[in-house]
Amino acid sequence: MAEYQNIFTRVQVRGPTDPGVELPAADWPRTKGATHSWLLGKIGDAQVGPIYLGTTGVMSILFGIVSIVIIGMNMLASVDWSPLEFIRQFFWVALEPPPPEYGLSLPPLNDGGWWLIAGFTLTLSVLLWFARTYNRARALGLGTHVAWAFAAAIFLFLAIGFIWPVLMGSWAKSVPFGIFPHLDWTTAFSLRYGNLYYNPFHMLSIVFLFGSALLFAMHGATILAAGRYNAEREIEQITDRGTAAERSALFWRWTMGFNATMESIHRWGYWFAILCVITGGIGILLTGTVVENWYLWGVHHGIAPEYPEFFTPAVDPAAGGTE
Amino acid sequence: MSSKMYLNRSLAVGALSAGLAVVVGCERPPVDTEQKGYRGTGMEEVNNPRLRDDDLHLAPEAADPVSAEGPRAGEIYQNVEVLDDLSVAEFTRLMQSMTDWVSPDEGCTYCHDGNDFASEELYTYQVSRQMIEMNRYVNANWDSHMDDTGVTCYTCHRGENLPEESWFAEPTPDVNMAGLGNTMMQNLASEKTEYTSLPRNAFERYLLGHDDLRVEGDTILPHLDEWDVSLQDTEASYSLMMHMSAATGSNCTTCHNTGRLGQWDESPEEREISWHGIRMTRDINANWIEPLEAGQPEVRLGPTGDIAKVQCATCHYGEQLPLDGAKMVDDYPGLMGEEDADFDFLQFGDLGTDGLRDRNAE
Repeated sequence: MAEYQNIFTRVQVRGPTDPGVELPAADWPRTKGATHSWLLGKIGDAQVGPIYLGTTGVMSILFGIVSIVIIGMNMLASVDWSPLEFIRQFFWVALEPPPPEYGLSLPPLNDGGWWLIAGFTLTLSVLLWFARTYNRARALGLGTHVAWAFAAAIFLFLAIGFIWPVLMGSWAKSVPFGIFPHLDWTTAFSLRYGNLYYNPFHMLSIVFLFGSALLFAMHGATILAAGRYNAEREIEQITDRGTAAERSALFWRWTMGFNATMESIHRWGYWFAILCVITGGIGILLTGTVVENWYLWGVHHGIAPEYPEFFTPAVDPAAGGTE
Repeated sequence: MSSKMYLNRSLAVGALSAGLAVVVGCERPPVDTEQKGYRGTGMEEVNNPRLRDDDLHLAPEAADPVSAEGPRAGEIYQNVEVLDDLSVAEFTRLMQSMTDWVSPDEGCTYCHDGNDFASEELYTYQVSRQMIEMNRYVNANWDSHMDDTGVTCYTCHRGENLPEESWFAEPTPDVNMAGLGNTMMQNLASEKTEYTSLPRNAFERYLLGHDDLRVEGDTILPHLDEWDVSLQDTEASYSLMMHMSAATGSNCTTCHNTGRLGQWDESPEEREISWHGIRMTRDINANWIEPLEAGQPEVRLGPTGDIAKVQCATCHYGEQLPLDGAKMVDDYPGLMGEEDADFDFLQFGDLGTDGLRDRNAE
């Protein structure tokens, strides 16, 4: 008999196509097509489709396409419409926000205007997708946990792209759309405001980010390891503890003295993931508005250590005469 | 072997090869690591000794010494404006060495008219006269950057007519404000930014102009006045730092405690030396190189019609000390000029701009 003992799923359950539950009368119909994929069955369910589109789904995809086309065409124009250069410089090219002199006013299209439009349509797209995840969960009689987790990510997205620039009074403070350019923004943000690592909300965000990965690894490993005792029925074992739940709990109690439960481990994972982006967003919003230099702030509040002198320190050549 | 097992093994071999392909893009260990700061601060100097090409980095042997006695070069030769107080023997020796350093293949006639050595006809003659004066000036005045090491023509030229590294102003693209694709001087791969997507006009701003490189907030709480450095200016400053690091074969930690980049009292002394280097480069570009622009032939000019200017890499060639600190100028006293009594390193954009004479005249 097949068992869950491999990194990849070895068991593919392949039945007749399942169209899903009945939809409420006011909803759109689902797409008709459904197919099976052996390769996708290796990493998940082999059945692909049917998909529910709905008003929010269609509008979200449309606005998403609009923003990606605006970003992509600007990138393509910046390499003089050369497809080859576009591929070569894909990691470098970007759509930049308006330069600082515009503040929060509306700039010309090619001086940040496209960035504003792309940002607006992308925001509409993710908000509509949030509505879609909320509605679909309700239609299935589910809780709305996924929608709110997505909303947390949208909060960080808006904190960086909209709320913080508005608080600072300049679109130029926001992030460009582009691979390396958005990383350069991240570095510049930290350099400008005195090292983000001394920002306690950034610290928390890192804790929750790495913690999420750790929790997911622990949980995934536990369930796979106890798979031969039906641990994949973990949700049922929340209320009806079977031998898989008992053995997993015992394993963690033996190794670290404490164990989560089949229910609480999912709350751990959920809140770690959500708090990663929420604390991150708070950290951004406090920067420049409440704290100018996180390192100096850290020294003032005893976070940043004073190290013993190891070398002869430099003296600012321009100091002394500047007063 | 069943076909499924074979597939799994193929996947495993494929993954391993892909992993190796990533690893071979790295430098082979071990590298030399020197602790520079207090333990736990990550302040280390990392160098890979196998990446050096010693032929490029070793100073050439000095020519045999000659007598300083006898008539002065200015008395014997015509039209000698600089180096006229050297003895004829010293003068000839320096001219010979300069030829070896700058135009070993072309010889004397790279700068001189073969029929009349006193002729100012060739633009290279004008340039070399200016460069000798500059060489004497920086050796006499910029000891804050070079200590007593000094530079010679060879520091930059290394046997080539043109130093390997120099820069031209970045052309301002013709941007249609109703169009698409404004890169805003960044977001394209460029050697100027060490292949980051940072702004490509940092040299114009900091090594010719005197924009403020300091971008970090200097107070705990925000200023409510007008002082606000943009993230765009921060990126430009960072762009120059990328160049400095690559040009001098140094890590960020050579000059900074990277946890507190802006703090002078936690920075190694090398930061002071680099600070002076930035001012020295401004001085060289604004006062010595730019005035030569008008006399340059078109092939020597950049895309905006400007002359090639110096940056850190022009002298440093990836060496923290050019030519590993060889004091070549000790063997060529003619390249040491007179100290300028009015010289003040704070007048290159910090307390004033009196030092940037030619740029002020514009």
